[in-house]
Amino acid sequence: MIPNAFDYIKAGSIEEAIQLMQESDGEGKFLAGGHSLVPLMKFRLTNPGKLIDISSIQELKGIRQEGNRLIVGALTTHKQLYSDALVKENIAVLADTARTIGDMQIRNRGTVGGNLAHADSAADLPGVALALEALMEVQGEDGKEVIDIDGFFLGPLVTALPETSVLTSISFLIPPSHTKSVYLKYAHPASGYAVVGVCAIAGVGEDGRIDFVRIGINGVADVAYRATTVEQALLGELPTAESIQRAAALAAEEGEIGNDLFASEQYRRNLATVYTERALSRILL
Amino acid sequence: MTCKKNISLSVNGVTRQAEIEPRLLLAHLLRDELNLTGTHIGCDTSQCGACTVMVDGDVVKSCTVLAVQADGKEVTTVEGLGDMEQLHPIQQGFWEKHGLQCGFCTPGVMISMIGLLKENPNPTEEEIRDALEGVICRCTGYQFIVSAVQHAAQLIAEGNAVKETTMSTGEGR
Repeated sequence: MIPNAFDYIKAGSIEEAIQLMQESDGEGKFLAGGHSLVPLMKFRLTNPGKLIDISSIQELKGIRQEGNRLIVGALTTHKQLYSDALVKENIAVLADTARTIGDMQIRNRGTVGGNLAHADSAADLPGVALALEALMEVQGEDGKEVIDIDGFFLGPLVTALPETSVLTSISFLIPPSHTKSVYLKYAHPASGYAVVGVCAIAGVGEDGRIDFVRIGINGVADVAYRATTVEQALLGELPTAESIQRAAALAAEEGEIGNDLFASEQYRRNLATVYTERALSRILL
Repeated sequence: MTCKKNISLSVNGVTRQAEIEPRLLLAHLLRDELNLTGTHIGCDTSQCGACTVMVDGDVVKSCTVLAVQADGKEVTTVEGLGDMEQLHPIQQGFWEKHGLQCGFCTPGVMISMIGLLKENPNPTEEEIRDALEGVICRCTGYQFIVSAVQHAAQLIAEGNAVKETTMSTGEGR
């Protein structure tokens, strides 16, 4: 399969990338690892007239800690993410999730920024990013801005990222030290994409009651979402099989649950509940 | 009409230049322009891994990399591993343990497994099977591939042991 013809240009800096995008008159697309974009172009589902290669811009690389957050450069590959000492030590669930993306070859090439900007609900990172209260750091023609992950995913493959802006880094919350976290997925047996993926982070306070809980769910709905109703149902509760089951029953409430040949809406709703229950049981019981 | 691009890359240690359309895939550059047909194209949708090559030491699926993205990089294909006189340990492993039947997936599987052995020189069977996720073989059922990779790991370890001995004794220089 061969993509439609396009022009290609390499940007040396973020400013240059933004300028090139402005000059492309809506024809341009940023290219990082290309592992979401190139397959779409080969199927001719998207046909940009110009690719602006941002893969060698140094400012988009690197991982550092700032207070209780890790700032991950958009060009960080999945392999770099799960191999990084800071990530493994501070946000194990982020490293563990990156380790389950695609396969070895894809993890070598696909980037965190590209994965999230692609906004495929069946990818693994969106749920984890929601649970980790990610802040999307963006640079555009009017300077820098921060987009909260809660308002970032607008629809399937659609984000709040302005057309001429570059996603420069993603800031992930380091969960409080008394919490545990897990990402559980049921992968499509052929493609490996998540039919459901649940990231749960939770902790119990000194009084034995749940005092911290975050749940991000990808795969089942058209857009990955944070299951705040489940979170609210658990806050202040004792961590028991009953309280978890009661809360997990609400897991599909906030998603616009999809439906395709492989998995009906009802099946997806059930998967969301079952995987949320399993994830919470794993870390709370 | 889009502009062609001049690229220069090292393929199996030899500098190659080409004037290409930006939409040319790395797999097609290798096969059609450079006549390195050892890199196979199977599914063409980054599932089967038959097209796996190394770019700057990382194993990647060349059907999902644009040739322009390999500009200035070092690419290794199956042709760059070894030759009939001196097989690469991974080739030796596949040869001795019958790690293939039809051989279509083999170049990609061997390159991927070099990627694994670089990171993890002594993988368990489970780790090998996990790393094989990125490749698909429809003949062997993978058991012989696992044996071939284990054998290759052993050959590499023995080779390194010999090197260390000769270095410490000063022999064999």
